[in-house]
Amino acid sequence: MIDAEAIRSGNRLALSRALTAVENNTPDSKRLQATLFPFTGNAHLVGVTGAPGSGKSTLVNQLAKAFRQSSINEKPPKIAIIAVDPTSPYSGGALLGDRIRMQDLAGDKGIFIRSMASRGALGGLAHSTAAFATLLDSAGFDIILIETVGAGQAEVNIARLAHTVIVVEAPGMGDDIQAIKAGILEIADILVVNKADRPEAENTARALKIMLEMSRGGGMTAASKHLMRSLAEKKVNTNQKDEKTGWETPIRLVTAIEGSGIDTLVDDIRRHKAYLVSSDLWKVKEAYRLEKDLEALIKDKLVDQWQENLDEEKYQALLAEIIQRKRSPIEALDLLL
Amino acid sequence: MTDKKIRVLIAKPGLDGHDRGAKVIARALRDAGMEVIYTGLRQTPDMIAEAALQEDVDVVGLSILSGAHNALVPAVIDKLTQNGLNDVKVFVGGIIPEDDIPNLEEKGVYAVYGPGTDTQKVVAEIKTAIIPKSE
Repeated sequence: MIDAEAIRSGNRLALSRALTAVENNTPDSKRLQATLFPFTGNAHLVGVTGAPGSGKSTLVNQLAKAFRQSSINEKPPKIAIIAVDPTSPYSGGALLGDRIRMQDLAGDKGIFIRSMASRGALGGLAHSTAAFATLLDSAGFDIILIETVGAGQAEVNIARLAHTVIVVEAPGMGDDIQAIKAGILEIADILVVNKADRPEAENTARALKIMLEMSRGGGMTAASKHLMRSLAEKKVNTNQKDEKTGWETPIRLVTAIEGSGIDTLVDDIRRHKAYLVSSDLWKVKEAYRLEKDLEALIKDKLVDQWQENLDEEKYQALLAEIIQRKRSPIEALDLLL
Repeated sequence: MTDKKIRVLIAKPGLDGHDRGAKVIARALRDAGMEVIYTGLRQTPDMIAEAALQEDVDVVGLSILSGAHNALVPAVIDKLTQNGLNDVKVFVGGIIPEDDIPNLEEKGVYAVYGPGTDTQKVVAEIKTAIIPKSE
């Protein structure tokens, strides 16, 4: 039994054990999550995504450092980092190496780093990443940086979870057609061209700028527009009076390994939070995420229930028929559910 | 339904700058279905114990080639204990003279592996070592 009160009062061991319990879906973890849920909703969730090798871990390391140093007059924010790496589809094991780039952060008790294996989940996050964020939120972390699996074009689940999404690009990753494809670039609230000391960095930034100009209507990002549309359908009221006052996705040239361009990025992240709060998009995003979380829980539960009541013999017989091409999977579905 | 995975921290304390052995072990444990956290070179005992706490690992593997094992290994184990991680199992790999092994074992190390160890042996012994914890 892990003490929920210990987690809230900053006991790091209790927090760490709770994260494991959640990840392993133990019965105790359900009680913990239920007890702690009322104390959540305060943390700023910042997602960092991009292709493998684009420099996400190095950037997260620098951001955490900068946030801890930036407030001279006030207490520095407590930072949690969730770093997701892929699980091998063959062995079920994983090599989690994001901490290698985060050694600077060791020794700072205001920072908590947790590596996470994707455990077969697609979309760039692990199944329990959202639950991790909720737990860290209840433990009083002000900013939660979530680093996704090295993502290609369609790993966009982070957009649902995070308030602010940073997409990291590195120079020389493809031509400008890559930049106008749908997917990962559309979810960016802030675009970073990392490794800006490389000669092609300016070209990459230019291609991204053109992409943004083409996709932008009324000053809002594709992601914000989508969100606003889905809300209008549900008749949720927001303060978003004029779409033209919406967020303009900045494109920042950063050399994360040297720390150059990081201060501007920290400002962008703060500005984006202020924008979300003042436009009510913050509440909107939260509502959207909680609804999606509930949907996911329902789906999991339904699958579990179905598996419990499954007539294994019938299932195997139908499967055999499908393999022999005697029956289509669609027909089998009707017989199984 | 629970889905427990064995989590292992592979760490290199001290100043030696060669981590081929650590990577070979990390890879072998990954292939055995474990979740392996590798933290890179030149870690202090404090950093290792803090990473072990944050990652809630079952096992810590220390790779040491510098000859400083008699100082570093007890220091890491002390820090783990200070962090409340008494149940975390520790093994050591690297260049360790045979005469030093009993001393390390007395300090709480459950196994010491030299060059050429069969990685399957390391995998099997991790599984045995953590049985008390998972029960």
